[in-house]
Amino acid sequence: MSNQQFEGTSNYVATEELKMAVNAALTLERPLLIKGEPGTGKTQLALEVAKSLDAPLIEWHIKSTTKAHQGLYEYDAVSRLRDSQLGDERVHDISNYIVKGKIWEAFHSEKRAILLIDEIDKADIEFPNDLLQELDRMEFFVYETQELVKAKHRPLIIITSNNEKELPDAFLRRCFFHYIRFPEMETMREIVEVHYPDLKKDLLAEALGLFFQVREANGLKKKPSTSELLDWIKLLLSEDLTAEALREQSTTNILPKMHGALLKNEQDVHLFERLAFLNKRKQNS
Amino acid sequence: MFIHFFFDLRKAGIPVTIGELLSLLSALQVKIASFNINQFYYLSRTALVKDERFYDRFDQVFSSTFKGLETDSLEEVLGQIPEEWLQKKAEKFLSDEEKKKIESLGGWEELMETLKKRLEEQKEEHHGGNKWIGTGGTSPFGAYGYNPEGVRIGQHESRHRSAAKVWDKREFRNLDDSVELNTRNIKVALRRLRKFARQGSPDVLDMDDTIRSTAANAGYLDLKMVPERHNAIKVLLLLDVGGSMDDHIRICEELFSAAKTEFKHLEYYYFHNFTYEHLWKDNTRRHTNVTTTMDIINRYPSDYKLIFVGDASMSPYEITYPGGSVEHWNKETGATWFQRLTNAFPHTVWLNPDAEKNWDRKPSNQITRELMNDRMYPLTLAGLDTAIKTLLKAPKPTIPVAELDTEES
Repeated sequence: MSNQQFEGTSNYVATEELKMAVNAALTLERPLLIKGEPGTGKTQLALEVAKSLDAPLIEWHIKSTTKAHQGLYEYDAVSRLRDSQLGDERVHDISNYIVKGKIWEAFHSEKRAILLIDEIDKADIEFPNDLLQELDRMEFFVYETQELVKAKHRPLIIITSNNEKELPDAFLRRCFFHYIRFPEMETMREIVEVHYPDLKKDLLAEALGLFFQVREANGLKKKPSTSELLDWIKLLLSEDLTAEALREQSTTNILPKMHGALLKNEQDVHLFERLAFLNKRKQNS
Repeated sequence: MFIHFFFDLRKAGIPVTIGELLSLLSALQVKIASFNINQFYYLSRTALVKDERFYDRFDQVFSSTFKGLETDSLEEVLGQIPEEWLQKKAEKFLSDEEKKKIESLGGWEELMETLKKRLEEQKEEHHGGNKWIGTGGTSPFGAYGYNPEGVRIGQHESRHRSAAKVWDKREFRNLDDSVELNTRNIKVALRRLRKFARQGSPDVLDMDDTIRSTAANAGYLDLKMVPERHNAIKVLLLLDVGGSMDDHIRICEELFSAAKTEFKHLEYYYFHNFTYEHLWKDNTRRHTNVTTTMDIINRYPSDYKLIFVGDASMSPYEITYPGGSVEHWNKETGATWFQRLTNAFPHTVWLNPDAEKNWDRKPSNQITRELMNDRMYPLTLAGLDTAIKTLLKAPKPTIPVAELDTEES
């Protein structure tokens, strides 16, 4: 067991609760399940934890067709068949046809690795159940070679989910869980400052104000998230806008400048236009 | 203390297990030195709660279990609050009428006197009830109470004393089960209704079987094919439109769009208020282009799952009397037609977008629930979930049609 602790990095602001969850998972060597609104930095967390602990990161992105055993190993029967028909010598050793998966890779890493299982909810409902033993004992058995693969150093497994499917209880029981909440104004200010240290204070205040205003508009189909805010600010910066221009924009024109970065579908744009229009009329009267 | 906490969590309906408690304890053992209450809150939440829907309930239980750690005793809290402050606050928030009510207990002095007396009598924390100081009761003393003469102790005072505590803010309230649905949520809930089966002509290569039979065939390739997997569940969706359903259009649209993408075999029809001899598919041509209910019963096999969506609020006559329909003269009662449908499709549920608390107030709702054999569920995530589970179970026995009403045909 190592005493390394995760404290956030120079470009990732981790809240107190998030640090606690990561450190608990690190210390007790349990998988950590992360949920939260899209764009709140779930996947980013694994990258940053790996960077801050200086550990190798192994990413396993899950698709709807991904099967659990693909993470362990695959037996390449087709090339063995071909080799056998060509009379290749390799054919006698079955281990030549065992292709290692991401979990095997993480188990055999020389240093403790960070294994990211991204968007586990995309896979079939049974997928998490098929990994129970592997995550719990950090070992699995290769039937073809009769070999037991055991983790040299138990990796820190970070699992992200977008809540598209419910995960089975037996799986949840083995994990630590953290829900990344949407950051508050203060945390958001920190996050933006970490990404754009040269940003002028007044522009930041103006932009954040507008951003939270957009987020609070009722009935938006897709609320803008942190990553969208960062994109938007990048756009504002590249246009070299000042806070005054942004403020002026928001009173003369109804939509905030470069709203395309924040609002991602046309119903939302219409809705926001309508709300802003009503708002303005109220102010003027 | 932890055992207590553990059982309180279970009582609140949070599915914590012994394994999780043990892992919390071992976490505490490893790093107990650096602990303060905030960190303990985060740690215990991360170890015990595995679904953000339970965060709110967890906060509540945590707050009531560990309140003692925060405020050493109620006396101490009270001791720190100047009487004028309480009085000032009350003057600010109470209406004249309420102030008069305070007089009924003998005015402020009297109230504070009683409070002190109670404090002396009471040695432990208390929640609920109508005399002791605590939370959620009707006693004049405590928090979250309903007594207009109430003095708030606990919540507001302790906030005043220290920075507001995270778990008392209850920020996760809207992640609890009863949230309104959106399309994605509905899809996830509906996905439970999937049942895959292989049907039709074999057109996909079955890799595993091919390898197996090739090996058995001494290495000569032996291709094996299987049919593709499809979701075999079939759904018949009947939706109430118009009238009182106008308030629920959005949620019904969302349910509909989710269901449409989720099921390959989805048939839908509309009705107004209740089912009679006709149903229709196109709302703009509802009077010219109708399908008879008998046709629907005959057309679809009985393994279709029948889902009604409606608020079941109408005049009871619309269900129980011939000619009760608001739109046309119906020879047979709505109930008769309804029973025919539920008898033909025994796997059935009724989803009601109206809030569950309103149900008992409406006689038509009670009749419908009786006809449904109680299989009516609110159109919330939790409701949809139980509804789907019911659909997958063996159907409840239906009431024979003849018993209900005399019919002539």
